[in-house]
Amino acid sequence: MYAQMIKSTGKGIKSLDEMEPEERAFQERIDAGGKIEPKDWMPDGYRKNLIRQIGQHAHSEIVGQLPEGNWITRAPTLERKAILLAKVQDEAGHGLYLYCAAETLGVTRDQMTRDLLSGKMKYSSIFNYPTLTWADMGAVGWLVDGAAIMNQVPLQRTSYGPYARAMVRICKEESFHQRQGFDIMMKMVKGTEAQRKMAQDALNRFWFPALMMFGPSDKDSVHSAQSMAWKIKMNTNDELRRKFVDETVPQAEYLGLTIPDETLKFNEETGHYDFAEPDWEEFFQVLKGNGPCNTERLAARNRAWDEGRWVREGLLAHAEKKRSRQMAAE
Amino acid sequence: MSSPESSEYDGTEAAPHGKARTTEWPLWEIFIRGQHGLSHRHVGSLHAADAEMAIKNARDVYTRRNEGVSIWAVEASAIAASSPEEKGALYEPANDKVYRHPTFFDIPDEVGAM
Repeated sequence: MYAQMIKSTGKGIKSLDEMEPEERAFQERIDAGGKIEPKDWMPDGYRKNLIRQIGQHAHSEIVGQLPEGNWITRAPTLERKAILLAKVQDEAGHGLYLYCAAETLGVTRDQMTRDLLSGKMKYSSIFNYPTLTWADMGAVGWLVDGAAIMNQVPLQRTSYGPYARAMVRICKEESFHQRQGFDIMMKMVKGTEAQRKMAQDALNRFWFPALMMFGPSDKDSVHSAQSMAWKIKMNTNDELRRKFVDETVPQAEYLGLTIPDETLKFNEETGHYDFAEPDWEEFFQVLKGNGPCNTERLAARNRAWDEGRWVREGLLAHAEKKRSRQMAAE
Repeated sequence: MSSPESSEYDGTEAAPHGKARTTEWPLWEIFIRGQHGLSHRHVGSLHAADAEMAIKNARDVYTRRNEGVSIWAVEASAIAASSPEEKGALYEPANDKVYRHPTFFDIPDEVGAM
């Protein structure tokens, strides 16, 4: 869900009988809960789908540093600043775990970076929304990281070994992120009236974008079936979205904040909340590059890449010089 | 073998893992030894210009929460690995030697723990 709208192969799912022996063995291994490792045989579509999905996930972690990095110098206390720094550093780490998982599939880091910078590869729509107040740091940790956890916990069981292992590391660290966000929200709602309003405003702005993170409704999600058969997607978008709403509504109530959805209501029959769908037209617009911050985010990544070029080249030249001197001395 | 209708990655078909582009820093595989006397364990990889930087980066990427007391960094291109296709032949010699496992031998109960 940090990976949305991953294009799958255009073909429908094959039955085991229709498969060549290699592919059949591959699918049976996945069905039995086995893991696929980098050097194992895999269908081309599996490899390409995974590169797109893991790559998009990695890019999301990296671009996700921008809206929060925005507040590091403006955190209200030194402690909050240190915590936010640690969180943003974790996001960089998560991006790196995922890039290294994607690289085992035969794509280079440079290629993925280039595709992000050119806009060819996407990152999660959520990071194209601005963080306007300090309460947004609370809402992002609580809702955005909360929604991410919903998706990442089941992905620890995904069929591709390196991806599953990266997810295990990420999940271990992610719970800190959500808790620090909720902690900010608790502080805000117990503060002055202005601070409480700020917290409500942050919830109002982030609620629907957070729901969009799970991707389009199942009925419009054409690429799910193959990904689920391959176990690179473990739950449907709607399942995860509903789970997120069910868990988050009571937390909002605890905070004394109102979810900005008048239709939200607990349904005794289903045991779940009924809730309004996000504006999907807005979602598609944001994915297309027309969100509030798309241009700014991509420009920031491009600037970092361009301005860091002399460092990358300089350190490589230095390493080569050191190596040749060492060889001469031996 | 299935193939996607339109591939975005045709240009990078299965580049050998660990083989960097000329502009890219080399790939290093990172091994960390935890606190409790276990051996070094593979945790992932990262890019670095040289060994010193690989270890510093590994500290930041893989030990932010005191996960380790020792780091090994090995250039990925220097690792030799067995291939999955050889799996059968490579491990076959061990298959018919069940007597290597202690449970192969029946020891009478009256002998006691052994």
